[in-house]
Amino acid sequence: MQTENLKVQSFIARHNSEKRALIAILQDIQAEYNYLPQESLRIVSKSLGIPLIDVVGVATFYRAFSLKPRGKHLVTVCLGTACHVRGGPKILEEFERRLGVKTGETTLDNKFTLETVACLGCCAIGPVVVVDGNYHAHTTIRKVNTILKKYAKEEIKNETH
Amino acid sequence: MRRIKKIKSLKELEAVIEKETELRKSDTRAVLTVSAGTCGQARGSLKVIDSLKTAIKKGNLEDKVKIRVTGCHGFCEAEPNIIIHPHDLFYQKVDPKNGKDIIDQTILKNKVIDSLLFVDPNTGEKAAQESEISFYKKQKRLVLGDNALIDPTDIFDYLSIGGYRSLLKVLETMTPEEVIPAVKKSGLRGRGGAGFPTGTKWEIARKVKGDIKYIICNADEGDPGAYMDRSLLEGNPHRVLEGMIIGAFAIGATEGYVYVRDEYPLAVKNITLAINQARKIGLLGKKILGTKLNFDIHIAKGAGAFVCGEETALIASIEGRVGEPRQRPPFPAIKGLWGKPTTINNVETWGNVPIIIQKGAEWYSQIGTDGSKGTKIFSLVGKINNTGLVEVPMGITLREIIFDIGGGIPGEKAFKAVQTGGPSGGCLPAEMLDLPIDYESLTKAGSIMGSGGMIVMDEKTCMVDVAKYFLNFLRDESCGKCVSCREGTQRMWEIVKNISEGYGKEGDLELLEELAKIVKDASLCGLGQTASNPVLSTLRYFRDEYEAHIKEKRCPAGVCINLIRYVVIPEKCTGCLACKNACPQDAIRGVIRGVHLIEQNKCIKCGACLEACKFEAVETQREEAIRIVEGGTEK
Amino acid sequence: MITFKMNGLEVQAEEGWTVFETAKFYGLEIPHLCYNSGLSVYGGCRLCLVEIGEGPKAKLVSSCTYSVEEGLVVHTDTKRVIEARRMMIELMLSTAPYSKKIQDLASKFGVTQLRFKPRNEECVYCGLCVRMCDEQMNARAIGFQNRGYKRKISTPFDIKSEECRLCGGCIYICPACSLRCQGPQADTDVCNACLTLDPSCLEYYDELQCWMYDAGRCGTCVREKNEKDKARP
Repeated sequence: MQTENLKVQSFIARHNSEKRALIAILQDIQAEYNYLPQESLRIVSKSLGIPLIDVVGVATFYRAFSLKPRGKHLVTVCLGTACHVRGGPKILEEFERRLGVKTGETTLDNKFTLETVACLGCCAIGPVVVVDGNYHAHTTIRKVNTILKKYAKEEIKNETH
Repeated sequence: MRRIKKIKSLKELEAVIEKETELRKSDTRAVLTVSAGTCGQARGSLKVIDSLKTAIKKGNLEDKVKIRVTGCHGFCEAEPNIIIHPHDLFYQKVDPKNGKDIIDQTILKNKVIDSLLFVDPNTGEKAAQESEISFYKKQKRLVLGDNALIDPTDIFDYLSIGGYRSLLKVLETMTPEEVIPAVKKSGLRGRGGAGFPTGTKWEIARKVKGDIKYIICNADEGDPGAYMDRSLLEGNPHRVLEGMIIGAFAIGATEGYVYVRDEYPLAVKNITLAINQARKIGLLGKKILGTKLNFDIHIAKGAGAFVCGEETALIASIEGRVGEPRQRPPFPAIKGLWGKPTTINNVETWGNVPIIIQKGAEWYSQIGTDGSKGTKIFSLVGKINNTGLVEVPMGITLREIIFDIGGGIPGEKAFKAVQTGGPSGGCLPAEMLDLPIDYESLTKAGSIMGSGGMIVMDEKTCMVDVAKYFLNFLRDESCGKCVSCREGTQRMWEIVKNISEGYGKEGDLELLEELAKIVKDASLCGLGQTASNPVLSTLRYFRDEYEAHIKEKRCPAGVCINLIRYVVIPEKCTGCLACKNACPQDAIRGVIRGVHLIEQNKCIKCGACLEACKFEAVETQREEAIRIVEGGTEK
Repeated sequence: MITFKMNGLEVQAEEGWTVFETAKFYGLEIPHLCYNSGLSVYGGCRLCLVEIGEGPKAKLVSSCTYSVEEGLVVHTDTKRVIEARRMMIELMLSTAPYSKKIQDLASKFGVTQLRFKPRNEECVYCGLCVRMCDEQMNARAIGFQNRGYKRKISTPFDIKSEECRLCGGCIYICPACSLRCQGPQADTDVCNACLTLDPSCLEYYDELQCWMYDAGRCGTCVREKNEKDKARP
């Protein structure tokens, strides 16, 4: 935990240990660990002098943060109005079926986390699905399997090396 | 990009703008302008750029043709697209494979590649020039037009089209007391949705005494379906910065913030880059261009909260707290960020300021209607042929936008409704298509202008489902402080959900209306006060659809799962096995060339069969066997 | 002194007063739930709504957060206000139907029907406990988490808080929860002061809603729960 402590401290120092930078600091921590570990929130609370309950309040209020560890691959299905009208919910259902999890959950083997987002601003290419920062345009129910197979293949490739 | 040298005086800036403009004019090379905003990249424009680069290198043509990587050109349906100068050609849906051809045929031999031209979805006619394309014809791209002319990561490109000339004019020839009346006279109103007169806002802010004043650019753009601000920040960030610096001068502000939502990584990247470049060149910082103006801008990122688009919640978020709105008065203009006077304007509003200064308030006020001046950018999305960002003068009708510019509804389906204003807005039916777009007329019709999202819906969209969708969004995005909004949106959602699942009963609509009206009245902030609009507008124009769900347990559009079932139409079925192969539950029986049958007890209504069928032989019909549970239950 | 009109009468208030405080000063009762004179204002329960202004621009605001202004026109009991107030009570009642305080409000203001499905939750998120813990007790052990319909009040990570000093202030001030623990009164470790209490939360859910997370020390809840468990068939 020593190195983790140092890392979190470095994020805090990067923002001049200012209370107002709380959200930016949490974003840095989330980018590093893929979620917000409890311990990191305690460190932030102590270093910035903000009551722990307020730090937790901010961490749970904003959708971008996750207090639970997330899987290796983040599957985000856009459920903005335009994507909804073009069948986004049915795409989400297909992902839920294929991965065997509900929205917000991670697969047991920790490979995939399924989330939704209100709008990515790419409505022209909806329904949109983003996996690990890669945008997939005009997704259909049948493309879901193809998308998942691609990442599963990469997993197998990485595992055999 | 070249090295940036600090500019220390107004005269020097004038000279630099002149020089860059000259450099641009004297560059006689052909230009391939490739759109590479977020949508463009998602469609592969980076690969297209690579293939063009390779072809140019191979032919040693660097002195004959250059590539300009720009932001979004607005015509998202046609992504990736390339505009070629001086040929004035518009190529759409370009594939990396076309790269070599474009160089060989068009650049070297001046030949037009027919297959890459725009085809009108209604007439089938092809158009080679941008000005001939039906999507662009009725637009007036005062703000977004420059996206196609510049590389957003290069400040010199912006200068080369006369960028920062308005700032120069203001600092050289005007006082704050002259800038504000100009903005007032122009009639510019807040483009974020509320439509508050910008000049008046600045006037109030100027009058407040204080050494420290803030201005904020609200780039939270939380409305799902709206992405005008993203496009402007990605494609022309300096335009927004110029507006902000002029605003700071007029109001007397010392610091500014651009609050960008977390879900726009490319916009964050480009605006951060632009701010750094502006700082380096001396347009931000202390004693800007040798004048008394001290002003600098910081970036604050959102973290996924729609409510942070509201002024007081946005301020709370920048301060590092939860985005809970507070009562106004006191208004942010008097007491805002860290208790100081703060002026918040939307990205598009700031983007309009330079052109008002450049062309004059008189010129600007000639565009639009009496109450709503200038142009507005809308994101035309949903069930529409020509999806994209359209910038039109106020006063144009919905019909013109949807059918002339948008090319109408795909698949020959009938238009049903257009939703404007995001979750705070409402759905307008076909009878309202000739409504001229301006702030007042939209509000009177039961919707709002909002930030510009315009979602088109066809006969296969269920309005009860749309209301349920918006209420679900709002109950999750509500900050949870006041009973009215937190409980109100949740309970309204429950009622509409029950109706959509077939558990609606007599009295539900009356209760829904009563609750909706009170939530509108009693809520603390704009989110709650407009949360009822989707429900009230759909009840106003589509009440019969609600009643069909309640009284007949029928969903006319064939969307609400409990009330429909998927069937194969025997007369249309060609026996191609497509639906059978697509079905994840193995619920379709059929042999090749034989009529297929969907087994209802195995069907999970996922819709894969309807998606797979190319002959429209799969339809949704009314569910005959419905179990009606007394009292209604929540899932 | 600031002069303005309330229900047609001209009233005077000090600079910095709220409409609610002015009404209280004049003996005019405005219903409230999340307001407490010893704590900061919140404006969340929406019971203290009043109508300000006249004509088409009149709007409803919470009087506890609205500072007085010269020339303001305030009406505390118009039809619009009363209808809104009733709906707020109905909404809170449907969340916490077994709260005596909210039931009393319902009787007082004419709420006779419950048209939403009851949730039996007891917490109406008025925030009094949070403000009590923060402002009066300086502990900051509990607070709001999440947002919208997922809103909740709890300690960080839902485990016992290091900041919690077991003062019981949160339980004392809660309008929905009828548990009233006055804390240990005897010199011995066994405190019998709360024998007269009827801990309502145990009747309706399996979890104890006690943020002191110290079931066993004061003892009532656990003792009562075990007895009730023994009594079950």
